[in-house]
Amino acid sequence: MGLFSKIKDGLKRTKEAIAYKLNKLFTGGVLTDEFYDELEETLLTSDIGAETTDQIMDRLKDEIDKNHVRDTATVRDLLKNILVELLEENEKPEYDYPLVIMLSGVNGVGKTTAIGKLAKKFKKMGKSVTIAAADTFRAAAADQLTVWAERAGVRIIKHAEGADPAAVVYDAAQSVKSKKGDVLLVDTAGRLHNKKNLMEELKKISRVVDRELPDATVYNYIVLDATTGQNAISQVDLFNEAIDIDGIVLTKLDGTAKGGVVLAIAGELNVPVVYVGVGEGIDDLEDFDVEDFVAGIMGD
Amino acid sequence: MGLFSSLADKLGNVFSKITSRGKLTEGEIKQAMREIRIALLEADVNYAVVKDFVARVSEKAVGEQVLKSLTPGQQVVKIVNEELVALMGSTNSKLEVSSKPPTVIMMCGLQGAGKTTFCGKLGAYLTKQGKKPMFAACDVYRPAAINQLQVVGKKVNIPVFEQGTGNPVKIAAHAVEEAIKLGYDTVIIDTAGRLHINEELMNELKEIKQKTNPTEILLTVDSMTGQDAVNVAKTFNEQLDITGVILTKLDGDTRGGAALSIRSVTGKPIKFCGTGEKSGDIEPFYPDRMASRILGMGDVLSLIEKAQEAVSEEELKKMEKRMRENKFTLEDFLTQFKSLAKMGDINDVVAMIPGMSRANVDSKQIDERINKYKAIILSMTPYERNHPEVIKASRRKRIAAGSGTTVQEVNALLKQYDQTREMMKAAQSGKMPMQPQKIIRQKRRFR
Repeated sequence: MGLFSKIKDGLKRTKEAIAYKLNKLFTGGVLTDEFYDELEETLLTSDIGAETTDQIMDRLKDEIDKNHVRDTATVRDLLKNILVELLEENEKPEYDYPLVIMLSGVNGVGKTTAIGKLAKKFKKMGKSVTIAAADTFRAAAADQLTVWAERAGVRIIKHAEGADPAAVVYDAAQSVKSKKGDVLLVDTAGRLHNKKNLMEELKKISRVVDRELPDATVYNYIVLDATTGQNAISQVDLFNEAIDIDGIVLTKLDGTAKGGVVLAIAGELNVPVVYVGVGEGIDDLEDFDVEDFVAGIMGD
Repeated sequence: MGLFSSLADKLGNVFSKITSRGKLTEGEIKQAMREIRIALLEADVNYAVVKDFVARVSEKAVGEQVLKSLTPGQQVVKIVNEELVALMGSTNSKLEVSSKPPTVIMMCGLQGAGKTTFCGKLGAYLTKQGKKPMFAACDVYRPAAINQLQVVGKKVNIPVFEQGTGNPVKIAAHAVEEAIKLGYDTVIIDTAGRLHINEELMNELKEIKQKTNPTEILLTVDSMTGQDAVNVAKTFNEQLDITGVILTKLDGDTRGGAALSIRSVTGKPIKFCGTGEKSGDIEPFYPDRMASRILGMGDVLSLIEKAQEAVSEEELKKMEKRMRENKFTLEDFLTQFKSLAKMGDINDVVAMIPGMSRANVDSKQIDERINKYKAIILSMTPYERNHPEVIKASRRKRIAAGSGTTVQEVNALLKQYDQTREMMKAAQSGKMPMQPQKIIRQKRRFR
C-alpha cells in the first residue's frame, strides 16, 4: 500500500469510528454493538465471506449515518436493499433461438440434474430440445442423463464412456441442425477448476459449439452448489477464464445453506445468478428471484 | 487469494514494529486476532467455531514469551497452528474391524459429496490391505446410481450387491447376509445422498444402521463446503452417531476450513481424504497439513521448525554477538554450512516457502560446493580459521592440497566469506537481527 492510500485509509477509519460513536449516542443505544454483531453473523454464516461482509457493513453504516436511522427495523431494510442492489447489478442473459446452454462446474454440484430440469422447462415452452451427454468420464453419467431425458421427453445424443466429449457435442450439433431444433443442452463432466488439462478440454468443447452452430445464441452457465463456501469464487473465476461464464445455476438451495457466496461473486466477477435448484424433482428449478434469495439470507 | 497474501504475511505486518521486546501488547494481539479471524473465515471455518478459536488463541498469545529467533508474527502463527492441529486431532486413518465378520461400513452424506466415488477408493484400499470387500448398492433414488457403483466396482474388481430400486433397508440387510454366505469380510454400503433436514430419508439411514449394525459410519463431506458444514455434520452425527468423516475433493484449491468446523462440532476423527478421480487417490488425514492449508501458508511452519532445529538458539545468539562485534570468522562460516546441511535438500526447503512452490535449483551442485567449502575450511588450522587475513599464497596452496581442491576454489571460498562479512556488516548497521531466513537466503546465493 502506498503512503497516501494508507493515510486515506486511516482517516476513513477514524471518520467511521467517530460517526459510529455519534450515531450510538443519538440512537439512544438501540443500534448496539450486539445488534451489529448479529447482522454481521447473519451475513458471515450465509457464506458471504469476510471481505464482502466488511464492505457491506461499511456501506450499511454509511447509509445509517446519511439517513439518520435510529431503529433496527429500518436498518434491516437498508441492509436488504444493499444486498438486492448488489445482486441486481448484473443483467441476466436473454434467450434467442436456436439456443445452446452448456453447463459446467466442479464435481457433484448437480449439473446432470440441472440439465434434466432445464430440458423439462424448455420442453414445456414448446421448444424442441436436444441433450448432449458430454460427460463421458464419470461412471454411468450418460445413463443418468438418459433417465432425465426420458422423464423430460427430449432427445439425447450420447457416446460410449471414455469417448471424446467434443465429438459428442459435434454429433449433437449436427442433429440440432438437421432437425432444426431450438435448444441444445450440453452436460459436461465435473472438473476441478485448478486442473489445467481438463479446463483445456472444456475450451475445446466450447469451440466446437461456436464452430458448428454459429447462428445460435450460446450461454455458458456454471453450476454452483449452494453449500459451497468461499471456494466458489475461485471456481467462477477460473471457469470464466477458460470459457467466459454468462451465468450461474445455484443448486441445492432446499437445504440449510444460504448460498451467500454469490454476493461475493456478484461484487467481484459480475456474473448473474440465472436459476436456482430447490429439490430433486424435475420441476424443482426456478428463475432466480433476488428478493426471495435475500429474504432467505436475512432469515425472513 | 492464497499464496503469499497469507496470514503469516499479514501478521508479519502487524508485528513489524516490535522485534526486540519479549512480549506482545494487548493492542497488537487484538489486531493479530482480527487477521486470524478473517483468515479463518475466508477459509470457510464456521463463524461460531472461529469465535471460540480466536478467544482461545488470544488467551495463549497474551504473555507468551516471544523467542528471539522468531518474529512475533511467526510466533503467533505457530500458536495458531498448534491450536489448529490440536483441534483437528491426531492422524487417524485406521478403520475399526468387527470381531465378527463381516465388518460393515456405511457411507452417508449430502448429494454430490462423492460417496460412490469414495466407495471405490475405500474398496481398493481395503483390498490392498488383504481384505475382501463387497459393495451394497443402496442408492435407489438417483437415476443410474446403481450403474455407477457397478462401473466403479468393475474398475476396482469388487462385486456389487444390488436388488434394483427396492427398499434400501432390506437391500442393505440382504447384502450383509450375502457377504456372510459368500465369505466377504467387509461390506461397504453406498447410500443415497440426502439433505440432513429430510426426516424421512434420515430415518431410512437409522433403519439401515439398526439392521446392519455397522462398525463404521462414515460421513462424506465435500471439502469445499462453507458455513453449512456444521449443520450437516451436527445433524448426521446426532441422528446416526457417525464414527468418522471423509473429506473429498481436496485436490482442488479449497482451503478446507470445513474440516475444522466438522471436527469441532462432532468431535469425530477425519479418517481419509479424497484427492483425485482415480481409485488410488485416497490419503490418510494429516491434521498438520490441513492446518497449514487452512491458514494458506504452504509449509512455512515446518520451515520455521526446521530452521530452529538446524540452528540452535545458543548458536544463533553466539553468532549474532560475534557479528555485532565484527568477529565473524571462518569458524562461524563452517557452522553455517553445517546447519544448512541439517536443513536438508535445498529444493525441499524452498518448496516450503509460500508462493515459491518449487525452485529450479540444482541442489546436487550446491551440495557439492558446500561440501568443498567445508573441506577447505577443515583443512585450515584453527588459527587460520580465526584470522583469515594471514592466509596468503603458500597457505592457500597447502590448504588446496589438503582439501583436495584447487587454489582457485580456496580463493572463491575466501571471497564468499568476505562478501558474507560485508553483508553482515550492512545488516548490522541496519540493526537487523540474524534470522533463520537470512541463512536460507544466503544458501541461495550459491546459485
